[in-house]
Amino acid sequence: MFNYILRRLAYALPILLGVNFITFALFFMVITPDDMARLHLGDKHITQEQTKQWKHERGYDRPLFINSAHQDIEVIKDTIFYQKSVRLFFLDFGTSDADRRDINYDISQRVWPSIAIAVPTFVVGLLVNITMAMLLVFFRGTQLDTMAVVMTVILMSISSLFYIIAGQFLMSKLWHLTPISGYELGFDAWRFLILPVVIGVISGMGAGTRWYRSIFFEEINRDYVRTARAKGVPELKVLFRHVLRNAMVPILTGVVVVIPALFMGSLIMETFFAIPGLGSYTIEAIQSYDFAIVRSMVFLGSVLYIIGLVLTDISYTWVDPRVRLS
Amino acid sequence: MRSITKTVFLIILAFFTGACDNNPYTASLSGKNILFSAFSTRIKYLDPARAYSSSEYRFIRQIYEPPLQYHYLKRPYTLIPLSATEVPKPQYFDANGNVLPENAPVKTIDHTVYEISIQRGIKYQPHPGFARDAQGRFIYHNLSESALSNIHELSDFEKTGTRELVANDFVYQIKRLAHPRINSPIYGLMSEYIVGLWELNERLQQVDKEQKLDYIDLDNYPLEGVEVVDDYTYRIRITGKYPQFLYWLAMPFFAPVPPEAERFYSQKVLIKRNITINGYPVGTGPYMLTVNNPNYRIVLERNKNFHGELYPLEGAAGDKELGLLRDAGKPLPFIDTAIYTLEKETIPYWNKFLQGYFDAATISSDNFDQAVTISADSNAILTDEMREKGIRLITSVRPTNFYFGFNMQDTVVGGTAESARLLRQAISIAMDIEEFISIFHNGRGIPAQGPLPQGIFGHKEGEKGVNPYIYDWVNGQAKRKPIAIARSLLAEAGYPNGRNEKSGKPLVLYLDVRGGGPDDKSMFDWYRKQLAKLDIQLIVRATDYNRFREKMQMGNAQIFWWGWHADYPDPENFLFLFYGPNGKVKYGGENAANYQNDKFDALFEQMKNMDNGEARLKIIDKMVEIVRYNAPWLWGFHPLEFSMHHDWEHNVKPHPMENSSLKYWRIDHEKRENYREKYNKPVLWPLGLMLALVVIITVLAVRLYRQREYRRQAVNN
Repeated sequence: MFNYILRRLAYALPILLGVNFITFALFFMVITPDDMARLHLGDKHITQEQTKQWKHERGYDRPLFINSAHQDIEVIKDTIFYQKSVRLFFLDFGTSDADRRDINYDISQRVWPSIAIAVPTFVVGLLVNITMAMLLVFFRGTQLDTMAVVMTVILMSISSLFYIIAGQFLMSKLWHLTPISGYELGFDAWRFLILPVVIGVISGMGAGTRWYRSIFFEEINRDYVRTARAKGVPELKVLFRHVLRNAMVPILTGVVVVIPALFMGSLIMETFFAIPGLGSYTIEAIQSYDFAIVRSMVFLGSVLYIIGLVLTDISYTWVDPRVRLS
Repeated sequence: MRSITKTVFLIILAFFTGACDNNPYTASLSGKNILFSAFSTRIKYLDPARAYSSSEYRFIRQIYEPPLQYHYLKRPYTLIPLSATEVPKPQYFDANGNVLPENAPVKTIDHTVYEISIQRGIKYQPHPGFARDAQGRFIYHNLSESALSNIHELSDFEKTGTRELVANDFVYQIKRLAHPRINSPIYGLMSEYIVGLWELNERLQQVDKEQKLDYIDLDNYPLEGVEVVDDYTYRIRITGKYPQFLYWLAMPFFAPVPPEAERFYSQKVLIKRNITINGYPVGTGPYMLTVNNPNYRIVLERNKNFHGELYPLEGAAGDKELGLLRDAGKPLPFIDTAIYTLEKETIPYWNKFLQGYFDAATISSDNFDQAVTISADSNAILTDEMREKGIRLITSVRPTNFYFGFNMQDTVVGGTAESARLLRQAISIAMDIEEFISIFHNGRGIPAQGPLPQGIFGHKEGEKGVNPYIYDWVNGQAKRKPIAIARSLLAEAGYPNGRNEKSGKPLVLYLDVRGGGPDDKSMFDWYRKQLAKLDIQLIVRATDYNRFREKMQMGNAQIFWWGWHADYPDPENFLFLFYGPNGKVKYGGENAANYQNDKFDALFEQMKNMDNGEARLKIIDKMVEIVRYNAPWLWGFHPLEFSMHHDWEHNVKPHPMENSSLKYWRIDHEKRENYREKYNKPVLWPLGLMLALVVIITVLAVRLYRQREYRRQAVNN
């Protein structure tokens, strides 16, 4: 397995390089270093000299990919792409383009609010969705099942923005149970997390429940289930002990891969609830054309996604001893 | 496991028994003399040499004290001393260094000297950069990584110090404007005036390149035009005559910065923790920044070393009746702490204001109808709901112009030909700005009659202020001329019914704008509709801002939509937008229409160096008349700012030029507590209804389960 992991990590390098290249190309197709300088320096009284100085300070005064002023390896090395990309592989993200803040430090501060909102949403959501799906399988063919399926379709069809606005209206404006938005450092954060977590769980319930329901339906007609029933095992026990365990491989496929990505936060939730996590960090960076932050976050997202895929593979061996990684 | 279950149970119990409420602040903040407010965009710059936006000034104006400030209440805007002892008087010199009289002709003035005396005894806020040990050495100027293991914010430093403000701190800051790493937005402009600033920048660039130091001690690099006379006096020498320079002295660009602070902040270990002068200002003002987390909260607290200032004793007409002089002569500031929370979305922002968790709010289009109605006479009035809550609406005109510019270099709409002028006039009449303001800005704007907005010297109200080429004065009101007049002007211009009378081809014009998202579509349709009234086809070319700027710089636009926000409240700062040598294409200036008129330019040169008075007003009138006649702009509108305030907030008077109003405000926090209690009572019956529904479904499910088990057992048996 060790060799397998090493090999997968080696595969990751060209993927990361490719992702970085695409991000770089897309970003610079939209906005040139001169545009960035003008946007950051503002409208009034700015001289050409200041624009040049801004680019020089941030290393944007080099050519993008090829530096024809050199002859040797510097042709590649003395370019924006090389200079900005290499450091990423050592997780050194440098400073932001706008206010020269240390990106590593900002990430280390903002990752905790992201985790604080994403992990409970994920865990509670997973438990609720699996339980609901199990209950629907349990009540399959009844009117309750039909009603619930209709309900899940309705839940799936509603925009997440509606959940946010409705949740804020009900929980904060009408019932006065939680603050409508905001965040507090430390333990006090729990008051601000309840509303986004509840909304996150409810908004994901429709799709999640239907997805797990379909997985469990595939399992419910297998021989081992029939055998268990024949032996007189109660239906709930059949579902939660036998079916659930055997449905773990497809569940893990969807679940483990997103675990590392939880660190990246939620773009919409964090923005709407003013939670200072990595999701809102990314959105702000995009809005303010801060390429240094965008590049860092895309790279980090790619790394975490690759880790998620490797973890998924490893988890297969854990839930299904027949699977061997080689 | 049992303890986890217990904790979860306790949280749920607390949640449903009222320990939870919608108050976004901790209980310890209740009943205190605190201002609660919000900011919507991440604050990037708090360095006074770099900050330039109103959102940044809102904070640094409370911390840094430049030599001058604006009187809080008087209108028109009046400069008064802040850290200076008096408003400095300029001294004029000829090329030989001889002193010239005040009324010396501008051409004879080689340079002007401002000698500024500062108040004695002003001290800086407590700051670790000043902290010294028993031997007088700075404690925190040589920090190592290990010494900072528990330091995450500036407030984590155990020891602080202070010192008296001296003239060199002002000189040091002026040198910072030329620092190549700071990139001050006014360096370009100031290097044209402050003697030696350009040379200093060249020198510093060279030093920066060669020595690559963490910290460049600016005290070692003299600036020719700025010198320290003694500890409490310094002189600034500027090229020629520039009376508007005084306004710059009221901006944080000229506030003092202590060299020790910059030395302290230049340490790499601090930069790595984002502890920089850009994030943690060091000033002498009434407040100091104690928490700066640009991601969610900024806190200003009363500076215990503040030298003291009194609330103004006099104001503008009507201020007394509005209660704005109730605190006259009392020591400032009134509020102990100001907490600003990041709030990007308008819905929670507005709801928190209504819940009493923000003391004031601006109105967005989302909540405009809930807050304000427009009366029959086009005045904005509060809705009954707002009035019942004791909320007040305060409006103010921003010193800003939004306008459609005609590129005077364009062969169709530009140039000095009479036909082009008539075409511009016709378009100006057809474009119904009143309707535009009503549809797209909820009535929050005043149609511009010329380049000067309200509150600026030279602006005229009523019939005298009306642009006679676009409006008629009817029944005491300005009324846009009928479209028939525009059509006849168009015919006179050589385009009867929107067709070129020589070629017969339809007239097609191009409008360049920024944006182009789905929200802008209706606006673009409206533009087209306006010119369709004259049978002119309008093609709207929407681009991103950078492409738009490029077009403007190259002179590739025909008609464009742009805006200007004044740096200072002087007519020069508006009329220079039509000054020939300030043309965008030729000289890279701010005259985006590339308007050039010799008569106007001569008047401008005369006017810009004059003091406000009858003579200056006459010249301004002439200049306004010239641009109204030639119409290089389609006069758009001056935006109106609407802000809502709870009745516990006192002494609020909008001041678009000065954002340091916080020190004048007073809060009645007991009133706020009562309001919060009154308007935050939960309505719980829908929650009960939902819980009942869940119980019913559960009961049904259990019954179904039992029936099924019963049937199963029956089959097995």
